[in-house]
Amino acid sequence: MKPRPPIYGVMAEFNNPTALVNAAREARARGYRKMDAYTPFPIEELNEALHLSKSKLPLIVLTGGILGGLTGFLMQYYVTVIYFPINVAGRPLDSWPMYIVITFELTILFAAISAVFGLLALCGLPMPYHPTFNVPRFARASRSRFFLCIRATDPLFDRKATEDFLESLEPREVAEVAH
Amino acid sequence: MADERPIIEEELPPEPVIAPGYTFGTVTDQIASVVLTRRTPAFWMACFSAGFALLLVFLWCVALLFAKGVGIWGIMIPVGWGFAITNFVWWIGIGHAGTLISAILLLLNQRWRNSINRFAEAMTLFAVACAGMFPLLHMGRPWLFYWMFPYPNTMGVQPQFRSPLVWDVFAVSTYATVSFLFWFVGLMPDLATLRDRATNRMARGVYGMLAMGWRGSAHHWLHYETASLLLAGLATPLVLSVHTVVSFDFTIAIVPGWHSTFFPPYFVAGAIYSGFAMVLVLAIPLRWVYGLEGLITDKHLDNSAKVMLATGLIVGYSYMLETFTAWYSGNVYESSALWNRMTGPYAGAYWFLITCNIVSPQFLWFKRVRSKPLFLFLASLVVLMGMWLERFVIIVTSLAQDFLPSSWRVFHPTRWDWATYAGTIGLFTFLFFLFIRLLPMISIFEVRTLLPQAKIEEEGEA
Repeated sequence: MKPRPPIYGVMAEFNNPTALVNAAREARARGYRKMDAYTPFPIEELNEALHLSKSKLPLIVLTGGILGGLTGFLMQYYVTVIYFPINVAGRPLDSWPMYIVITFELTILFAAISAVFGLLALCGLPMPYHPTFNVPRFARASRSRFFLCIRATDPLFDRKATEDFLESLEPREVAEVAH
Repeated sequence: MADERPIIEEELPPEPVIAPGYTFGTVTDQIASVVLTRRTPAFWMACFSAGFALLLVFLWCVALLFAKGVGIWGIMIPVGWGFAITNFVWWIGIGHAGTLISAILLLLNQRWRNSINRFAEAMTLFAVACAGMFPLLHMGRPWLFYWMFPYPNTMGVQPQFRSPLVWDVFAVSTYATVSFLFWFVGLMPDLATLRDRATNRMARGVYGMLAMGWRGSAHHWLHYETASLLLAGLATPLVLSVHTVVSFDFTIAIVPGWHSTFFPPYFVAGAIYSGFAMVLVLAIPLRWVYGLEGLITDKHLDNSAKVMLATGLIVGYSYMLETFTAWYSGNVYESSALWNRMTGPYAGAYWFLITCNIVSPQFLWFKRVRSKPLFLFLASLVVLMGMWLERFVIIVTSLAQDFLPSSWRVFHPTRWDWATYAGTIGLFTFLFFLFIRLLPMISIFEVRTLLPQAKIEEEGEA
C-alpha cells in the first residue's frame, strides 16, 4: 500500500452551533489541543470551549492611541513654539488648551488604525492560501454550517483514531483536509 | 446585575427584531442574492441613472469653478460662506446617524441595529465624501488643499493650530478615515460569504481579495469582536467631537448669532436628527423594493422615528434657548441678530424651518403614525429640508447683517449654487446605489446572530 500524503488535519461539519460547542468541549476533554472551529458568526461559548486566551488587541490599540496623542501634541508644540512662532499681542506661544482638539483627533486616528492593522496581524490576514479551503463543503462555513478541525500537528493526532472520534460526535460529515 | 439578568429574561422574552421563520441559510441567501444576481431591478436603474446624471452636473459645476473661481456662486462679502458651508454642515450631520447606529448602539447592546447598521455606515461614508467637497471647492484654489496640513515646505510656513478651521481639517479627515475602517472591518466576514457564494469567476476573485482570506475561525472571531468593540468605543467620542468641532467654526468667531456655548450639543443633536431622517428616507424604499420587510421590520422604522422625535425635541429646545439667551443676555447685538433672523429678509426661511423641525415631528408621538412607512418617509424629507434650512439660516442671516449696517447685503444664490448642491446629492445617490448593487446592504453575519437558532443550548437548561 502506498503511504498517503500528509494532511493538514481532519474536519467535521455540524448543523448547528450547539453541536459544535459540545464537540469542541468533548475534543478538548479528550486531550486535543491544536484545533480550530469555523463558524458563520461569532460564538462566545467557543472561546471558553477552546480555551482561547484573551485578545492582545486592546494593548495594541492603547499603544497606538498614546502614540497618536503624543504625535498630535508634540507636533503642535513644535510648530507653534519652535518652528513657526507667531507673536499675537504677546500671548503665550505654548497655548496648550488650543492643542486639545487635534491631539484628541490624532489619538483616535492612530488608535483606530492600529485596531484595524492589529486585527489583521493577529488573524494572520491577508492570507491568500489556507488548507481548509481544500474541503469543498467548507464554503458553507460562511453561510450556515459549523466546522471543527483537528490539526495533524496535535500530539494526539492519529488519522484513523481522530476521524473515528469525530465521527462519534455525530457530525454531518467528516473530511480530511489536504495540504 | 449579573444575577438579575436571567430572571428579567424569563419574565420578558426579548421581542424578536426580525421576522420569524428565517434560518442561517435563508438570511444569507436573501441578502447576498441582491448582490449576486444578474438581474438589476428597474428601481435601481432609475435611481442610479438619476444619481449619475446629477453627478455629471456636479462635475460640470466643479469644472466651471476651477475655470472661473468661486465668483460663480452668490457669495459676496459680508456673506462669504453661503451655500458651500451650509451644505458641508448639512452633509456631515447626515453622516452622524450612521456612526451613531453602528458604534453607540453597539456599545449600548441594541441588537436591533444589526440589520440597519451596514447601509447606515455606507451612508456616513458617502455623506462625508459629499461634505468634504464643499470646504475644498470653497477654498478658491482647491488644488492647493494640501496647504492645510502641516508638512515641511519651502515656504517655511505652517497651519495655525489655534484656528478651529484647522481643527476641522483634522476632525473631518479623521472621521472619514475611521468611518471607512469601521465599515470595511464590518464588511470582511460578509465579503468572505460573497466569495464563497459567487459563481462568477471574477466576482469570486474580487470578493476573495477584499475578504483577505477570512475563514471565520474562532481565533478570528475572538480578535474581530474585540476590534469591533474597540472601534465602536473610539468612534463614539469621535462622532460627538466632529460636529462639536464643526460648531466651533461658528462659536469661536465673535459674530452675533454664532458666538454661543450651546452650539456643540445643539449641532450634534441636529446632526443625529437629520441623519436618522436620511436613514428612513433610504430604508423605506429599499426594504420595499428588495422585499426586505422581514429584516428591516416596522420595529426598526419605529425605533428610528423615536430617535428622530427625541433629537427633534432637543433641537426645538435649542431654538427656544437661543431665543431666550438673546433676550436674557441683554446684549443688543445678540438680540438684534435674532430679531433680524425672525423678521428680516430671511424670516420666511426661519419660520419655515421652525415648522419643519419643531411642528412636523410632533406627529411622531403617535404609534399609528410611526407605523405608516409612507408617512415616515415624507416626514423624514421634511426634516431633511428643515435641517438644511437651519444651517442656511444660522450661517447666512448671521453674516448678512453684520456689524456695520452700511455693509449689509442679502445673499442671493446663483444657479451654480443650486447646481453644485444638487450635484452632491447626485454624488451621494450614485455612490449609494453602487454600494447597494455591489456589497451586501445588510450585515449578514450580524443578522445571523439575531436568529433564535444562534443561541447555544446548554445542557440541563433545556
